[in-house]
Amino acid sequence: MKKLRHFSTRHSRFFESLYKVFERALLFCHPVFKRIGYDRLEKPVAVIEKATKGLLFDSQMCGMCTLSSTGMSCPMNCPKKIRNGPCGGVRANGNCEVEPDMPCVWVEAWNGSQRMKNADAIRTIQEPVDHRLIGSSSWLREVRHKTSATSEEQ
Amino acid sequence: MIEHGDVAVDAAHLPKGHSSAGSLERHLRQGDFVVTTEISPPDSSDPEKVYRRARVFDGYVDAMNATDGSGANCHMSSVAVCALLSRLEYSMVMQVSCRDRNRIAIQGDVLGGAAMGVSNILCLTGDGVQAGDHPQAKPVFDLDSMTALEIVRGMRDDSRFQSGRKITEPPHVFLGAAANPFAPPLDFRPFRLAKKIEAGAQFVQTQYCYDIYRLQSYMKQVREMGLHEKAFIIIGVGPLASARAAEWIRSNVPGVHIPDGVIKRLAGAKDQKQEGKQLCIDLIQQIREIEGVAGVHVMAYRQEEAVAEIIDKSKVLGGRTCWYPGIDRENTV
Repeated sequence: MKKLRHFSTRHSRFFESLYKVFERALLFCHPVFKRIGYDRLEKPVAVIEKATKGLLFDSQMCGMCTLSSTGMSCPMNCPKKIRNGPCGGVRANGNCEVEPDMPCVWVEAWNGSQRMKNADAIRTIQEPVDHRLIGSSSWLREVRHKTSATSEEQ
Repeated sequence: MIEHGDVAVDAAHLPKGHSSAGSLERHLRQGDFVVTTEISPPDSSDPEKVYRRARVFDGYVDAMNATDGSGANCHMSSVAVCALLSRLEYSMVMQVSCRDRNRIAIQGDVLGGAAMGVSNILCLTGDGVQAGDHPQAKPVFDLDSMTALEIVRGMRDDSRFQSGRKITEPPHVFLGAAANPFAPPLDFRPFRLAKKIEAGAQFVQTQYCYDIYRLQSYMKQVREMGLHEKAFIIIGVGPLASARAAEWIRSNVPGVHIPDGVIKRLAGAKDQKQEGKQLCIDLIQQIREIEGVAGVHVMAYRQEEAVAEIIDKSKVLGGRTCWYPGIDRENTV
């Protein structure tokens, strides 16, 4: 699992493009989702999302996904859950202060971000987790958020 | 200029353009090279211990950081140390760590601190629980340093809790953050500082500096990004007691970078403790020359009595005596 996580940050640019295509597909499906009902979709989509992102990124499913702003490294794997890292305790070899054998999640995030097209996304401040959303699908949340923003514009 | 201690004020009594009525902000904005230090909270309920520990810095520091369970060890809380010392109008930096409290507790402490006369609040993520004496404790980390800064700034500037609920009198505090220019990923460190400033940091205190070259290159990037004009940057320093102590810190204290040259210099000295102080004095003088540095933060854990000597010999105060309770009395006698 961890090996795949490192693979994903090394290929962050590929996953960035892949997600863009995927997001467009999701947005395209919005009318269908609406018909079925987002609440009814929540559980099955969350299961699929957890399986995919868990495998590829060791995602912890915080429900407020930041992967595209954190170099495809899930910040919730940081033992201090820092969403705006890295902390000051990173070891000289780039490993975690708390888990000496694990590469720092934020060192990986920084390296991953620098391979991405939108390399500056890592500079935006991430909000604290809304603990009510943990375990929910951030894919659906994102689609709902984006479609409600565009419908308001219209 | 009339000097006085830090007291709680309302918005009408803030100096123009200041976030707080505190002397740390006043001296920084005045362009003085400031000195701050760290008071280590006792493992005791005896208030005298706190007063005694504060008194050793009298005259030599512009503010004192009350640490919040530093190194994830249990001590008297930073709020309580501030409560005791703010009675004497000491200029306090109340450290707020995200490790032990969630956003409800943190926001409550910020209001309480400001009510007691605390003018400065420093938001930290905090060391992991594994580093301290209670590794079995639950790490909270509801917020991180960045989001804590944003929330406290919102309380001050918008008079609102994170929930949006209104605060009738906001906390008039000068906001601080920590930075470590010496830990990987080095290229990211200036950007992280920029993020903290964007989140609300007005002053920054860094981790111990023992590598002047690394600091110089960090500060060069900081200046290029114009960050030294957006926040006051105070560099952390401290005396090393011996080469052995330095070796121990290097391998056991997270985030402290000590180059081999420093350890060699200490090991080669006749009186290692004295050499440690001299090294600290030399570093302060070199740091002072770096453009964009606003002061030094002297952390002398278990060597607190050395702070006065170090500041005195480094001459960074330029003949200035920092305010302390009773200064007026002594000067008129």
